[in-house]
Amino acid sequence: MSAKNWPLWEIFVRSKNGLEHRHCGSLHAADSDMALENARDVYTRRNEGVSIWVVESKHITASNPENNGELFEPAQDKVYRHPTFYDLPDEVKHM
Amino acid sequence: MSEEQIRSLERQFDERIARDEKIEPKDWMPDKYRKTHIRQMSQHAHSEIVGMLPEGNWITRAPSLRRKVALLAKVQDEAGHGLYLYSATETLGISREEMYEQLHTGKAKYSSIFNYPTITWADMGAIGWLVDGAAIINQVPLCNTSYGPYARAMIRVCKEESFHQRQGFEIMMKLANGTPEQKEMAQDALNRWWWPSLMMLGPTDDVSVHTEQSMKWKLKRKSNDDLRQQFIDQTVPQAELIGLTIPDPDLKWNEERGSYDFGEIDWDEFWQVVKGHGPMNKERMKARVGAWERGKWVRDAAMAHAEKKRNRKEKKAV
Repeated sequence: MSAKNWPLWEIFVRSKNGLEHRHCGSLHAADSDMALENARDVYTRRNEGVSIWVVESKHITASNPENNGELFEPAQDKVYRHPTFYDLPDEVKHM
Repeated sequence: MSEEQIRSLERQFDERIARDEKIEPKDWMPDKYRKTHIRQMSQHAHSEIVGMLPEGNWITRAPSLRRKVALLAKVQDEAGHGLYLYSATETLGISREEMYEQLHTGKAKYSSIFNYPTITWADMGAIGWLVDGAAIINQVPLCNTSYGPYARAMIRVCKEESFHQRQGFEIMMKLANGTPEQKEMAQDALNRWWWPSLMMLGPTDDVSVHTEQSMKWKLKRKSNDDLRQQFIDQTVPQAELIGLTIPDPDLKWNEERGSYDFGEIDWDEFWQVVKGHGPMNKERMKARVGAWERGKWVRDAAMAHAEKKRNRKEKKAV
């Protein structure tokens, strides 16, 4: 029975050209065409978008928050990746 | 995991929420947090879906095209709100089918207000003005709730909800300024919807079972009694403005509190409706379950069609 239920799709909407597509939610649809049509009705009823992406949820691989330490902490002590790390004489106004 | 480990995780979890950090779907969370959110969010979604029925009743009989497009758009919004909330709830690990099952078997509740009938056109005005008004008061604090997907869904819902209340108030205003019969119709709708709208904000604080824990998790930011007072204080002047009378002889301004005092709410009626004995409980479930069952062949056909298209594509690729 459950195999016949409409799969879940993640919806991404670009609100206007020049901006990125942003995740706005999910919905169920039989296929990608229907997912696009449903996303139009569910997420863009008030001109919220000019472009829609749909991705079947099962195709998304997400990082696990339990691994956040090893994934993201190494960036925390690398202050030399930021411009403020470097000393400049006051005379240099813009750099 | 040992009990001690769990306690430590719970402590860290509570601290995160106290710091106003959001909880996201894959984060560790206490079982009770997950269960409470599934219950509240799915009931919220069910309320949006069942909430379409009393208003859907009047779409074909709206008195003008202007009223009709507005009501149609409002009902469509309710469907959308139900979908945002269902998909947010699914991130907690419950399937859509399970949620529908819970609604259709009566295991899950929805807002009792939708178990009252909509017998005149003025009820469309009263629902928008009062029911959506009370819903907004309930929902605005939820835009800051601790569970990320719920908070994001609520932000969208609240943005859309304010048109609902305005269109309802406009209907009431027009009727209240119309013929004596129209005004009477508006007053009658106010009389019938006023008390159920107050009940919508939940049992009084001294008997409400979920308040304390929900406050901690920011599922609730104000108590039921505070929300109810806020609703009354904001609505009474609106009724006066359009010349309608709130059906409460005990209602009067309390200078000292800077709020309205109001009469006793009939909580027996509230619990009767919650338990399934309201005027429309059976009718609503019959309509909802019927729609779901009659739609089955459409859902199945869509799946079969999608499969056929996919197979055809794959064959071509070979």
